[in-house]
Amino acid sequence: MTSLMERISERARELHVPLNIHLNLTWKCNERCVHCYEDHEAVAGDMSTAEVKHVLDQLAEAGALFLTISGGEIMLRRDLMEIVAYARSLLFDVVLKTNGTMLRDQDAAEIARLGVRQVNISIYSYNAEGHDAVTLLPGSFARSIEAIRRLKRHGVNVDMRTPLMESNGRDFPKIQALAAELGVEVCFDPTIFPRTDGKLNGDVNPTSLRLHGEKLYQILRDPRLVPTREEFCAPPPSAGQHALTQFPCGAGRNHAHIGPDGAVTPCSLYPMHCGSLRESTFAEVWRSPAIERLQRTRKRDLPVCSTCPNVASCDPCAALAYLEGDDRGASLVDCEKTFAITGIPSPLMVRNGLPA
Amino acid sequence: MSVYIARSSAIAARSLDGEMIIMSARDSTLFTLNEVATEIWKAADGVTPLDRIVRDRVCAQFEVEPDAACADAEVFCTQLAGHGILLISDRPIESKTEAAP
Repeated sequence: MTSLMERISERARELHVPLNIHLNLTWKCNERCVHCYEDHEAVAGDMSTAEVKHVLDQLAEAGALFLTISGGEIMLRRDLMEIVAYARSLLFDVVLKTNGTMLRDQDAAEIARLGVRQVNISIYSYNAEGHDAVTLLPGSFARSIEAIRRLKRHGVNVDMRTPLMESNGRDFPKIQALAAELGVEVCFDPTIFPRTDGKLNGDVNPTSLRLHGEKLYQILRDPRLVPTREEFCAPPPSAGQHALTQFPCGAGRNHAHIGPDGAVTPCSLYPMHCGSLRESTFAEVWRSPAIERLQRTRKRDLPVCSTCPNVASCDPCAALAYLEGDDRGASLVDCEKTFAITGIPSPLMVRNGLPA
Repeated sequence: MSVYIARSSAIAARSLDGEMIIMSARDSTLFTLNEVATEIWKAADGVTPLDRIVRDRVCAQFEVEPDAACADAEVFCTQLAGHGILLISDRPIESKTEAAP
């Protein structure tokens, strides 16, 4: 059954309305997470408060509703609450992404007062040793957990966000127990992206931290993680014409990312520069050739994905494909994840001799 | 007795292709309002009585019988109030209402 959210989202894709916006306020961060895809040393100047407000005015005019505000670390922006208040005055649905390490009690109270719908806090382990080994910031686990407790005390809806990697993959039941103790939901994701600037984090390539093969397969079929396994891992429907006319994902169709310097990309993980809001209006960028090309693309236009038996149930990630060389191609990482769910290898996997 | 309605500040809202989408920040419930309901919601300024909103904004635009429309509107507003989308009172509501999108 199609949910109301799915219906609205599909309608926005058809009408090319940027319903979902990811607004990144700064690249700066006080943590140095080993798996992070961002460049925290980027020197491009962050937009001023006035510039951000002007962007929000344009986004509201364009029909944007769901606004995710993230960084870097958003609490490093002294004007964060002013920006959130302005977004709420424009009736945006606001979700904040933060590590919480700098969140004070008065911030939690203000977030509650402003009607922020949800705060996402990244937690990488059930204990300090595992979490701090990812963030490389000693004491960060205790501070992030305290932020969750503060927000909960003020009645704010909090979600823990946990990327699953080699280092923490088998710990997910303990992380679930931690979330239950804190009274919050936890969302796991095994997708680890390469850095969008192609560099490494020190000597570490984030992609080397990914769960692969049998481990990924077992985790995505573990009933403790996927209670609806029968439905989640069901064989894909046959690939009819309807599947082929669907959009691959929302990037550039009903979703856009705006960087701290006003640069617009189709999503936060898809570093294809489409324009700058310091030089053009959002409406102009949203009509740019790069965005228009995405808007025209359907699954039938993807040479590999259109021939894949998983095409009806897979939403191929154009960002991963782009970072692997061709946003109309398929991503091997994406294919492996879909294989772990459906048990059916994609043509790209077969071509690469997978599964071994 | 008059009924007054005001838009809650704990919501997000945007019009998509003529359909009003409303998200409750309180419980993440998503709603869509049809054309008539959108007219009432937009006019919910806290100081205009509901029966006048129905008469001026609904009966003037849609072919509906006023008494039945008022009764339906009260039921609809009570339902939205239950989800925290609208505030409803038997006296004018002083609190600030955000501008409708």
